[in-house]
Amino acid sequence: MSVTRTNLDRRGFLKAGLTGATGLVIGFYLPGRFEAAAAGSDATPAALNAWIHIGTDDTVTIMIDKSEMGQGIMTALSMLAAEELECDWKKVRAEFAPAAKVYYNPAFGSQGTGGSSSIRSSWGPMLKAGATAREMLIAAAAQQWSVDKSQCRAENSLVIHTPTKRTLTYGSLAEAAAKLPVPTDVPLKNPKDFRIVGKPIKRLDTADKVNGSAEFGIDVRRPGMLYATGVRCPVFGGKVASFDATKAKTVRGVKDVVQISSGVAVVADNTWSALQGRKALEIKWDEGANANISSDGIWTLFAERVDQEGAAVARKEGDAPSALGKAATKIDAVYQAPFLAHATMEPMNCTAYVQADRCDVWAPTQGQTSSQNAAAKLTGLKPESVFIHTTYLGGGFGRRGETDFVDDAVELSKALGAPVKVTWTREEDMQHDVYRPASYSRFSAALDASGNPVAWTNRIACPSIFNHAFPGSVKNNLDGTSVEGAADIPYSIPNIFVDYQLTETGIPVGFWRSVGDSQNGFFVESFMDEVAAAAKKDPYEFRRALLSNAPRYKGVLELAAQKAGWATPLPKGRYRGIAVISAFKSYVAEAVEVSVNQKDGTYKVHRVVCALDCGRIVNPDTIAAQMQSGIVYGLTALKDQITIDRGRVEQGNFDTYPMVRMNEMPVVEVFIVPSEEAATGVGEPGVPCLAPAVCNAIFAATGKRIRRLPIRNEDLI
Amino acid sequence: MAIEFNVNGKPEKVDVDPSMPLLWVLRDTLGMTGTKFGCGMALCGACTVHINGEPTRSCVTAISTVAGTRITTIEGLSADRSHPLQRAWIELEVPQCGYCQSGQLMSASGLLAKHPQPTDTQIDEAMTGNICRCGTYQRIREAIHRAAKLQSAANHKPDTVHAGELLSSAHRRNAVAGGAE
Repeated sequence: MSVTRTNLDRRGFLKAGLTGATGLVIGFYLPGRFEAAAAGSDATPAALNAWIHIGTDDTVTIMIDKSEMGQGIMTALSMLAAEELECDWKKVRAEFAPAAKVYYNPAFGSQGTGGSSSIRSSWGPMLKAGATAREMLIAAAAQQWSVDKSQCRAENSLVIHTPTKRTLTYGSLAEAAAKLPVPTDVPLKNPKDFRIVGKPIKRLDTADKVNGSAEFGIDVRRPGMLYATGVRCPVFGGKVASFDATKAKTVRGVKDVVQISSGVAVVADNTWSALQGRKALEIKWDEGANANISSDGIWTLFAERVDQEGAAVARKEGDAPSALGKAATKIDAVYQAPFLAHATMEPMNCTAYVQADRCDVWAPTQGQTSSQNAAAKLTGLKPESVFIHTTYLGGGFGRRGETDFVDDAVELSKALGAPVKVTWTREEDMQHDVYRPASYSRFSAALDASGNPVAWTNRIACPSIFNHAFPGSVKNNLDGTSVEGAADIPYSIPNIFVDYQLTETGIPVGFWRSVGDSQNGFFVESFMDEVAAAAKKDPYEFRRALLSNAPRYKGVLELAAQKAGWATPLPKGRYRGIAVISAFKSYVAEAVEVSVNQKDGTYKVHRVVCALDCGRIVNPDTIAAQMQSGIVYGLTALKDQITIDRGRVEQGNFDTYPMVRMNEMPVVEVFIVPSEEAATGVGEPGVPCLAPAVCNAIFAATGKRIRRLPIRNEDLI
Repeated sequence: MAIEFNVNGKPEKVDVDPSMPLLWVLRDTLGMTGTKFGCGMALCGACTVHINGEPTRSCVTAISTVAGTRITTIEGLSADRSHPLQRAWIELEVPQCGYCQSGQLMSASGLLAKHPQPTDTQIDEAMTGNICRCGTYQRIREAIHRAAKLQSAANHKPDTVHAGELLSSAHRRNAVAGGAE
């Protein structure tokens, strides 16, 4: 097994495919969506639609149309294709696909990776890609042997003529198979017969990630390449008024200073010189309309907005206000979650080379189509003349679906006529992110005389991600991402009301690992704990009793509680908390053990037991890794906030935006619910439960309820 | 003025701004991109290399200060991924995005050189300077313990431990498929 990433462009790939020198290229089309491509209107469609490529040496190359950012998708997609292809797994390689319509993610209508959608959307197509190729190889063998193909079967990269036990290798059949018609209706395996899917297969990318050979965007090197770094206005929306590059140009190695749409960039013959030149720049900014924004002002705005008329109703069942009025017990609370940065380990970067008739972009991107379109717009080239070379991503988490880093590189290359790599500083990355929206959530709940919840209201004020990402797409002021995890609470409560005040702040927001569930999971599952406490009931049993109509929620909740030993005593000083959510169609419960030092206000998370139901599974080891990863992402969110002063982000590097480190790492145990439901994603769903589970455990330890993140020491003293 | 030093056993001579950090000399001048830029302030550990055997943050180490030293980068940890840590990293599937892993491996190899059988506390001390945003810490800890075993077996009883022979109990526990153990 090995992994390669080549820089085959569309024409190069087509050539390789059509000459037959490299064997069989199987293409097929996602049903119903891509008729234009299927009809061959594109000049180079055949190779572009390929997922499976078989070399004459039996090597199987799987074209990976999703971005590998750590979630293991390169391996998972290869496993699905190889399962039906019946090939020898040791002969499988993976290669990142170019940007092309056939690779559009049906979840988005463009090629990209996000929303924990890859397995959900590629399960069927990748199995079918493998099966289609297998059937063509069988047909080619049958033709060569002049036998009926029903007498042949495929196994371990061989086609076998069952009656005579003759065999032909995939490599020897590939060229002939490529010339056969593509079957449309191919038999698929019963999942009970899977031999790869569902097994802890070793990742294809690990070997390259232990010796420095994996190529990330920041590692791209092109002949004659220049190195650049830019400065954006510290105030969001601000512009360059004027700048003086005199000093910057005296820095050794600096070649040029260029004004681009995002600000000013220094171009040099190495990154360090560009960074030094950046420090020497003198820029006067027109700070614009946002120069007076502050975090305090944003919280005040949210608090005003949440009670105003005209909110968009996200869910209404029964008559919650009336039930609240008549209730035996009423519980009220306000919750707040801050803006958060993605802080991928690899800072934003991109390399571009704009020439007269083409533009090449080497990018660690989650959005191949959006990057292609961005470069086309800036260069005036047609999208098909823009070639996107996707590298490994040093973390994505939603940040790399943006194209701001692509724009920088393309503009600079266009201006300079040379390949340019732009690398952002950590501070630029932190201060010019699209942040997890800060959000404000007001709850009320009512209990009847027996302690059963009879009403639940949740009023939310926060900025809209869709307003930023897809301007004009928000209808009736209701952005589903702002209320996900809040409008869809699974508990059997007769009167529920959830509404949303879309409230823009001037701070750009974006998709941050687990999106709206990241804050609404914290809000809802913390407030649910408050309601359980008011009812004087065990927080696990209270939830469980309300989940009779939500079996998959109940299943993970019970599994987490069981594996955590919920009913068993803990060592002195340890306390438990639990939470359950559904995000991106997967179900997760987490039960944590925490200790709190009320003298200095510190806490430690010792153990996290995670139960997951993601339907059918592709790779259990990857799933466990993703849950561990989401849990650490959630733990970090307990510590961090992005705050705004005079329109500027106050944090800049890991000293002011700290990460969870080795010494804070709890033991994480992951359990997967066996399921025959459709496969769903695992990249994001591990995140949302962690904050409420920990804060609920802190309440169990101290009686103090954390209603505002991050957790501050003074909250626990 | 040219500065001379040794990288992974090979003599190198560069003529750059003497204040340029070793990180950028490695990456841009010498084209060795395994060592990563993460923060530029010695806060994240992604740029960790060994200077005369000592794990060091190359992003804040001026090239003028390494003249005459012996530098080891991730590319020089082994020629063929055979270092016990690399074997353990592969066996336990440590990397996710992989960006921080060069630095993690260089910090961990410094630790193992000093403490062939490190305790969890020693692992915390040696590894807390290295951030992993994917949160692979649990597997890093397991893999360091595993590498210690592989290393000790290689030193004493070469035939008794094979990569892939067993996963540690904690690692197995973390990859349980199915509700029942």
